[in-house]
Amino acid sequence: MMSLRRLLAVFRKEVWQLKRDRLTIAMIFGIPIIQILLFGYAINTDIRAIPTVVLNQSHSQLSRDLLSDLQASQVIKLKGNVHHVEEIETLLRQGKISIGIVIPPDFERRLQDSSRAAAQLLVDGSDPIILGAAKQLTAMPFHLNSQSVPPQNRLFEVRHFYNPEKRSAMNTIPGLIGVILTMTMVIFTAISLVRERERGNLELLINTPITSNELMLGKMLPYIAIGFFQVTLIMLLGLVIFDVPVRGQLVDVYIAALVFIAANLTLGLLFSTLAKSQLQALQMTIFIMLPSILLSGFMFPFDGMPEAAQWIAEILPLTHFERLIRGIILRGADLSELWPELLALIAFASVTMLLALKRFRKRLD
Amino acid sequence: MNSTAAIKCHGLTRRFGDLVAVDHLDLTVPKQSIYGFLGPNGSGKSTTMRMLCGLLLPSAGEIEVLGLKLPEASEALKQRIGYMTQKFSLYDDLTVQENLRFMAQAYALPTNTQKSRIAETLAAYQLDELRHQLAGTLSGGQKQRLALAAATLHQPQLLFLDEPTSGVDPQSRRDLWEALFNLVDDGVTVLLSTHYMDEAERCHQLAILDHGRKAAEGVPAEMIANLDAWVVKIDNGSIPALKQHLAQAKEVISLSQMGGQLRLLVKKNIADPVTYVQQQLAGLSEIEIAQHAISLTEPTLEDVFVVATQKPRKMDAPK
Ligand SMILES: Nc1ncnc2c1ncn2[C@@H]1O[C@H](COP(=O)(O)OP(=O)(O)O)[C@@H](O)[C@H]1O
Ligand SMILES: [Mg+2]
Repeated sequence: MMSLRRLLAVFRKEVWQLKRDRLTIAMIFGIPIIQILLFGYAINTDIRAIPTVVLNQSHSQLSRDLLSDLQASQVIKLKGNVHHVEEIETLLRQGKISIGIVIPPDFERRLQDSSRAAAQLLVDGSDPIILGAAKQLTAMPFHLNSQSVPPQNRLFEVRHFYNPEKRSAMNTIPGLIGVILTMTMVIFTAISLVRERERGNLELLINTPITSNELMLGKMLPYIAIGFFQVTLIMLLGLVIFDVPVRGQLVDVYIAALVFIAANLTLGLLFSTLAKSQLQALQMTIFIMLPSILLSGFMFPFDGMPEAAQWIAEILPLTHFERLIRGIILRGADLSELWPELLALIAFASVTMLLALKRFRKRLD
Repeated sequence: MNSTAAIKCHGLTRRFGDLVAVDHLDLTVPKQSIYGFLGPNGSGKSTTMRMLCGLLLPSAGEIEVLGLKLPEASEALKQRIGYMTQKFSLYDDLTVQENLRFMAQAYALPTNTQKSRIAETLAAYQLDELRHQLAGTLSGGQKQRLALAAATLHQPQLLFLDEPTSGVDPQSRRDLWEALFNLVDDGVTVLLSTHYMDEAERCHQLAILDHGRKAAEGVPAEMIANLDAWVVKIDNGSIPALKQHLAQAKEVISLSQMGGQLRLLVKKNIADPVTYVQQQLAGLSEIEIAQHAISLTEPTLEDVFVVATQKPRKMDAPK
């Protein structure tokens, strides 16, 4: 039979324990707050501020009107002017822009010609959301003061790069490499030291001559190998099942992955020195996973987010890795073109490792 | 400092918040001997050992272990000491052999001797047949042998053993002591903690710890011989009224019952303790105790322990 008193005993014990568990309380409040803010505020599915450059060969008043109309729509954000189509292609590959606008010398004449589009949009087609936004631009009403344009005439012709078949798997699969590594790597090292402490192994371990550096590095090494295995597996599955090729150098993929894996493992180690139990380590990992997946550009375009969210995203390793891996796999970018992202990851790994080492003492107090 | 001392500490103190776990401890542990800490739970045995290993920072006091000043030189000390923790701390999910291999590499034993050293140790601690068994599935006695094997694998000069025999059967305890004496013959110094009297008695030297303080120290046999109390036994003395009455007697330090026998510790300043006890009972007309039932008996280490640890409490509470 159920005794209300015993039921109450369990209930009260749970509440007492919960009251002392600050991290769980933080989760109870923190997760809804983070989610609401991220989805309601930071993540804007109306696309804004797509980084764009212009190649204006027309120099006409009309072309300038067109550009100011485009900017007024706020869908694009003009980053500057270029003089050659090749420059647009390079900037696209480097991930610095997502759209290049080409206005040909005979722009005004083309406006009257129903057989050809008046201008071109060169779009990074690997991201379906950007591609969608570019399509939207082609339907933009363009009001001309002096001349009237026959409505059937097309203003823009969209040329999308890197994903001619417009498949979303193209964008998602490389992005998933980073998400999967974040989900697995941080937790490996986050629980590792706490587990030693919980099981009583730490007292033995810190009494040996093994140094803090040796311990931390030794704990990371096996997971770097596991991470490489995961990267290879995802790329193979992507290639075989979804036909996503690797356009860049394989060695670049592995260098980027190595630095990213290291950044996640060192973050895990830092958590491990902060957490008092394996559960706490797990909770900390969730705290980092959530914004990583939502803000990194994996799910929603980075440029559409408000500045504050972008700043947070810049701290997260996944943001930089998404740029690296998409650049290398989808656009065939060279690592030398993406070095700031690599540098950011190296800095992140170094800082977290130093903090972890600073926090970890070979002592029980 | 004295080169024959493996450990010297002075004024060693450790606080946890308001609690003083170790309170101004002075110790000198001679080399090549077994030195014991005898004390109840919470008396500060583990805390002291951890400070002497360099695993805990002392709140105050000076420590010198094997000529090295702690806590500054604790890293240099690690290679030269072995520490068997109170709680089994090897890896449950590794086999006996894997655990030993890990320890051999952690202490950077030369690769060419590693194998033979592990084989030697497995044999010495009767772990040969268990080498492929997961450590977590070993019995208490087997775990203890493995822990000792792991602590001695790198041939340390100084061995810390924190309650090595708690929860272990008598045969395993005898084996352990034989192993310890063999180690001492090889030049090793052993510092161990225990709460077993018989075990404490086997140490070359003993410190009785109580509330973080050293309540007594010496060679066990001498401590027993120099006991600062009479031991009086009363046969057939298991009468509640008798016990109650004697417990209140001014010169009785303590009394304990062993079967039907009552055992009293009487202060040494009483010239004739047997007569004193008889006098105490004289007023109790209802209790019949035969004259010959009261007699002096040989003290044990437990009596030493009781005198050493109860004295302060009796003095604390004169009301
Ligand atoms: N890490 C710690 N934090 C707080 N109190 C502690 C800690 N370690 C030990 N103590 C306290 O110090 C006292 C001595 O403990 P310990 O050295 O483990 O005793 P023993 O080993 O003799 O049983 C106990 O009261 C214990 O509760
Ligand atoms: Mg203890």
